[in-house]
Amino acid sequence: MPDTIVLDPPDSPRRGLIHLLDMAELDADTITAVLDTARAFEQLAARPIKKVPTLRGRTVCNLFYEDSTRTRVSFEIAAKRLSADVLNFSAKGSSVSKGESLKDTALTLQAMGVDAIVIRHHASGAPWQLTRWVDGHVLNAGDGRHQHPTQALLDLFTIRERFGRLDGLHVAVVGDVLHSRVARSLVQGLRTMGAGVTLIGPPTLLPMAADDWGVDVAHDLDPVLGKADVVYVLRVQRERMEQQFIPSIREYARLWGVDRRRLGQLADQAVIMHPGPMNRGIELTADVADAPNSLITQQVANGVAVRMSCLYLMLGGDHPNQGS
Amino acid sequence: MIEHSLFTFTGVRMVDPASGRDEIANVVIEGDKIDSVGSWSRGLRIDATGLVLAPGLVDLHVHLREPGGEDAETVESGTTAAAVGGYTAVCPMANTQPVADHAGVVEQVLRLAREAAMCDVYPVGAITRDLAGAELAELGAMVAVGVRCFSDDGHPVHSARVMRQALAYARTWDAIVCNHAEEPSLTRDAQMHEGVQSDLLGLVGWPREAEETMVARDLILARGLGARLHVPHVSTAETVALIREAKAQGTRVTAEATPHHFTLTDEQVSTYDPVYKVNPPLRVKTDVEALRAGLADGTIDAIATDHAPHPPETKERDWAAAPCGMLGLETALAVTLTELVRPGVLTMSQAIAALSTKPARSRDIVGHGGPIAPGTPANLVVFDPDARWTVDPRASHSRSHNTPFAGRQLWGRVQHTLLRGRFTVRDGEPLPPADGDDDGMDDLS
Amino acid sequence: MAAARTSGAMTPDPVSRDVLDADAIRRAVRRMAHEILERHAGADALVVMGVHTRGVPLARRLVADVEQIEQVGVPAGELDVALYRDDYARIGPRPLARTHFPVDTAGRTVVLVDDVLYTGRTVRAAMEAVIDQGRPDAIELAVLVDRGHRELPIRADYVGKNLPTSADEVVRVRLREHDGVDAVSIEHSMGER
Repeated sequence: MPDTIVLDPPDSPRRGLIHLLDMAELDADTITAVLDTARAFEQLAARPIKKVPTLRGRTVCNLFYEDSTRTRVSFEIAAKRLSADVLNFSAKGSSVSKGESLKDTALTLQAMGVDAIVIRHHASGAPWQLTRWVDGHVLNAGDGRHQHPTQALLDLFTIRERFGRLDGLHVAVVGDVLHSRVARSLVQGLRTMGAGVTLIGPPTLLPMAADDWGVDVAHDLDPVLGKADVVYVLRVQRERMEQQFIPSIREYARLWGVDRRRLGQLADQAVIMHPGPMNRGIELTADVADAPNSLITQQVANGVAVRMSCLYLMLGGDHPNQGS
Repeated sequence: MIEHSLFTFTGVRMVDPASGRDEIANVVIEGDKIDSVGSWSRGLRIDATGLVLAPGLVDLHVHLREPGGEDAETVESGTTAAAVGGYTAVCPMANTQPVADHAGVVEQVLRLAREAAMCDVYPVGAITRDLAGAELAELGAMVAVGVRCFSDDGHPVHSARVMRQALAYARTWDAIVCNHAEEPSLTRDAQMHEGVQSDLLGLVGWPREAEETMVARDLILARGLGARLHVPHVSTAETVALIREAKAQGTRVTAEATPHHFTLTDEQVSTYDPVYKVNPPLRVKTDVEALRAGLADGTIDAIATDHAPHPPETKERDWAAAPCGMLGLETALAVTLTELVRPGVLTMSQAIAALSTKPARSRDIVGHGGPIAPGTPANLVVFDPDARWTVDPRASHSRSHNTPFAGRQLWGRVQHTLLRGRFTVRDGEPLPPADGDDDGMDDLS
Repeated sequence: MAAARTSGAMTPDPVSRDVLDADAIRRAVRRMAHEILERHAGADALVVMGVHTRGVPLARRLVADVEQIEQVGVPAGELDVALYRDDYARIGPRPLARTHFPVDTAGRTVVLVDDVLYTGRTVRAAMEAVIDQGRPDAIELAVLVDRGHRELPIRADYVGKNLPTSADEVVRVRLREHDGVDAVSIEHSMGER
């Protein structure tokens, strides 16, 4: 990875995040700080006034080249609850769709004095390029097939809230790992925090070099289910059928879909998670998504608190009248 | 009505590569299992002096044509021909109509074979839907009904990407992918092996590279993924060399060669008789020798027939119009004995290994290929290695007659074939199951 | 002729003088407890909120004294004002401590408790946090030490000790719960006088 500094140096007075791009760059202490801070922000949601003035006067721009109403809204609420001003810049119907390059867009935002840019882009690596063109903070909201750190962080938060810890847990990640930026980020985060991971799916949808990830790999789902604390189900897109990754949705659902029968094989303490959006009936059935041990709605709810935590740790150390 | 049968082949030469035994012994069969191999006998004694007893033969590559091609062959006629040839298990390919690219056709073939009760079948499923080489077939659904090997045989998987994805996907079950290696852009309009003969005879040539480039591709893909590959109907010396090297590097590959490829050459084509038209084509002497050497050193694991029946009217046309394919089930053992064992290219044990034990192992088939030991299923062939006979195409038990060995004198003839203790062939004649508990024992002397 | 007192610049280490010892602190807290009870004629409609960090144990001690004197329970909570500060550049983003309001503040007086009252900015932030949480009848402030130098119009209702200081002095409060000992001292910061 390019030598972008993600954290303030240990001896600096600020000790926050400069950018949030990649789970692999966050050590265990930093992840713990994010999760602990998120817990404090969670309490705010219970108050009548859900806002705090912490980031008043700061401007956060949501630069979303990929459609994602849910993630963008989550970031928008997070920024607004910290009293920051929010700009929404989506690819459709803007100068972007008329062919303006990422660089030109970045320089425009820079000229307007945006403090932080939350970027989601279809090209792996776009956030890194952005850091070269802007002085402000950059937060990666998902780039291509590469990383989605805030999703991983909210998943780690959800798991920790449920189990009280992360180390020593066993997480089974099921599905299209190859194409999933969520999986990459999550597996790195879990490994950093000492959890054990098994990847399960057809060989065509698992990364070739999974051994380097420090995880176990299996192709048969049923034997692994009973040993998992968390079964994390990934989305499978229909297009994978046309690209010879799987022969049919039907066969995928039969061999790797989590249905009621498989739900029954889980240990008592085990939970089901999914980063959304779900293809009900493919990677999991409706009754599994709505089962009592499904944490899917908690994941969504926790997204705001975790994103507030990330924005606070990134911007909270800047003085409005000084440069960052 | 006999409750269960009990009989002994006495004084037979038992050749069992799985246990490494080649010795004269009494082999006792009780019910559907081997009871013992030794010096005592139980029950009815059948004198088998001068005969060879071996595990029933296993053919990795046959075309039974049913469903859809019943003019040429049916599961019943094909498995009958197989039993006459000494086979107790065959692997029918998927290029039927409809194609065996889903569980339904596989189950149909299994049922037909069960009803005929002449030979076990282990159907091969298609790799791609409709053999079109584009979309993966539902391999998992077919695995669920017992399929362990996938092939689009008849057609190559042209796209390297599709082949790679298929090899990777099959690893879910450690299943075997078998690719008909033929680069179609090199074999357009090809009719026979490209060489001296094709020039003389004025027929478009079929270059070796069409097979070799694709075999090389498949070996590399399989090695990179740690996947299991089977190379069907090896026909050129270079292919043998590629497989030899790949095995030395640890690639998980097995290979087969047909009796016609290790016996006949393209000189036969000078007759313009389409019975000699086959895919891949008959090659030249150096290829024949390389195949024999490959069988001798184990590079080629199995002898498989690629039994490909065609109704007479299709094979009795001009060369270009006729389809490719030769019968093989009823002559494979005899051709092997005549061409490889008698001249000392293979020992009897090596030949049986190539016809039975190693094919079974390569396909994870249990219960066939030996060992012949107490408690194992009695799937056996008993043959006279010295019986001489002439191949008569009209006497074939297949519905078709397109054998390239017509009129040839061969040594070695099957006397009895047993499927789980029941005689499917007795004294050289097939014995379909009658109603009730008939195991072919009633009127044996 | 020479000044009896040495100036801080002559010595490399900070010079500190003790101002309150453990007994003095105990008495000051007790007195504040009496004052609170006197002003409110009892402890009915109070909630005591300690401001992190050392305001929290002080609040607990204050509440213990009130409860002992009056034989009634008083709800006590804790408040982290990190999200309401205006001086992040100096301190940077920190992990957030616990904020807990034990009861609804409506109809009650919130008594904020902190160790040192100085510029008044921390108290301003605390007031804003309290108001965002609910609508108390009144907010009052109890501090162990008032060292002057207000930058905002804020005053304490209950003061343990008035300690006039100069701007380059540091008031150091140590409490047993955090520091193992009870003591308040004034230190000259390092550097030139």
